[in-house]
Amino acid sequence: MDHNGFFGNWGGAYIPEVLHQTFQELKEEYRKSRRDPAFWQEYISLMSTYSCRPTPLTYAENLTHHFGGAKIYIKREDLNHTGAHKANNVMGQGLLVKRMGKTRVIAETGAGQHGMATATMAAKFGLECTIYMGEEDVLRQRPNVFWMEKMGATVIPVKDGSRTLKDAINQAFRDWVTNVDNTHYVFGTACGPAPFPEMVSWFQSVIGNEAAEQIMKYHGKMPSHIYACVGGGSNAMGIFQRFLGEQGVELIGVEAGGHGADSGAHAIRLSSPDATPGVAQGYKTMFLQNDDGQMKHTHSVAAGLDYVGVSPILSDLWDKNQVRFESATDTEVMQALDLTMKKEGIIPALESSHAFAGAFKEVGQLAKDDAIIINQSGRGDKDIFTIAHAFEDPSWKEFIIDRAREYSK
Amino acid sequence: MQLEQQLREQLRGKDILLMTHIVLGYPSFEVNREVIKQMVESGVDCIEMQIPFSEPMADGPVILKANQDSLAMGTRVDECFSFAAEITRQHNIPFLFMTYYNIIFKYGEEKFFEHAQECGITGLIVPDLPPEMGTSFLALAKSYQIAPILIFTPTSTDKRMRELEKYGNGFIYCVARRGVTGKKSSLDQEFNAYLQRCKNSTKLPLAVGFGIQSKEDIERLKGKADMAVIGSRTIQLVEAEGAEAVGQFIASLR
Repeated sequence: MDHNGFFGNWGGAYIPEVLHQTFQELKEEYRKSRRDPAFWQEYISLMSTYSCRPTPLTYAENLTHHFGGAKIYIKREDLNHTGAHKANNVMGQGLLVKRMGKTRVIAETGAGQHGMATATMAAKFGLECTIYMGEEDVLRQRPNVFWMEKMGATVIPVKDGSRTLKDAINQAFRDWVTNVDNTHYVFGTACGPAPFPEMVSWFQSVIGNEAAEQIMKYHGKMPSHIYACVGGGSNAMGIFQRFLGEQGVELIGVEAGGHGADSGAHAIRLSSPDATPGVAQGYKTMFLQNDDGQMKHTHSVAAGLDYVGVSPILSDLWDKNQVRFESATDTEVMQALDLTMKKEGIIPALESSHAFAGAFKEVGQLAKDDAIIINQSGRGDKDIFTIAHAFEDPSWKEFIIDRAREYSK
Repeated sequence: MQLEQQLREQLRGKDILLMTHIVLGYPSFEVNREVIKQMVESGVDCIEMQIPFSEPMADGPVILKANQDSLAMGTRVDECFSFAAEITRQHNIPFLFMTYYNIIFKYGEEKFFEHAQECGITGLIVPDLPPEMGTSFLALAKSYQIAPILIFTPTSTDKRMRELEKYGNGFIYCVARRGVTGKKSSLDQEFNAYLQRCKNSTKLPLAVGFGIQSKEDIERLKGKADMAVIGSRTIQLVEAEGAEAVGQFIASLR
């Protein structure tokens, strides 16, 4: 990151003036914490006692035999507390909030995992908490809303624009400019104004650091390929960073193909020609927008990938050909999820299932003595309503109908 | 320079100027035309015309909805330029564009300035472009003689105000409080102290906006600010009572 927050052509901090001072303080606290080895120690200790770090690297033997190519390893961020990689970033920012002496946190959430993690952190650290969530996502991710409220957070459904992640971000910013004195905005992904992209990636780097050690232990050499889904890009940055510049390791980001690259109903920013450079939500990156610069509606079966922009750091790595970007459609994702459950007894989140789908397309052609890592960013049981609906599961439908009948009495 | 001089001339014989805000294409260009006519006829001194953006981060519910409705009806940036050209020919007060940076970036910065100049626009307000991000923007503003309006806020330190002032032109937009547009501000002692800090940091005229809604608010600003900005209030008025109500409302403010 340069002194203005840019990575190559991308990033920056396009913020309303009222936030200038608070960003100065945040940057300073972040800089101090990064230089302070005690901070990182406190962070690692917190994550290994309050959460399940290090998360395991699982050898997926059955999937490996099924495809007959390279060995498949799965990095299990689903086993983190709150069920996703999101906790890594949130607990880190929570420690910063304590250092800054703020008493209230706010966050946006798409799939609800970041909101969940933030509500958890707020409960643990005794902070007031408000979560902004697109109205459409509130419906898609009802179980997470329930838990956030139970942990004492206020969940505000956002009814503006496309009623998804980007609108929740706008609304969180509106809250922040109003309550800037006591409030920290726990940005959920490696996007937004500097220092968020770099800071969030730093907290997430714990994923790749562990994975590198684990793969050396189990496989004896570096993996040939690493797959991660890319919405905002924080889980991908988390696992990729450690392997950047490692000889023979190819990094693949899998974006949400929705109904297909030609359908217009997708969230493919870097692996389709649909996105163009733009500045919104405080940073410069490749956005899905029209010729006037108005953001388009995106679509994905996975709420957490349903987003118009992408991490400026990933745009830079894309520019420099250090990460390859692919996409997987909703249908491919459901198939990959189904196969993973049946073969391994593991339920990846719909977001993470994109990484699985991307890997499954290629792994059969890769050499048997090589290994790949798939980053399972989160667990899928939060998606039970969406997944059951997509599978048109008859017994689940019957259960819902019965339960509704009971409640409406 | 142009804009500042024009405002200074208008200030002769008036104790405070009035700037109003409209969202282009909302509820329609037709209504925009009528509203502007009424505003100018009842003594508005300066008008900021917002080119709608899909992600208006600094705007409250009233202007946010106006942005979205305008876009839903198909408002395009080029239409905003043609409308501006027509309006500046008809009315002899300064007109500014207000918009978010992506609109300018996507249009092409230089092309945007060129067209804005051709359309008679004398200033630009871009709430998500701090000077650190606007090096080329500020250079173009200078060469096209369009004033970049810089923003002071209650969280700005004295040092920051002096820094911002170096880049500003036309006038300084002082945001009356923390938060987004549209909610009432209390113009209390603390506010007066803030405004005094603003005054000490710049020689440019001071405009005060965010939550200025009534004659009483404007009375309180007299002697402390050079221009009062009415934003969301007139948009709500047009929604509730139609364009015809605007003239009377503006006249009642002085």
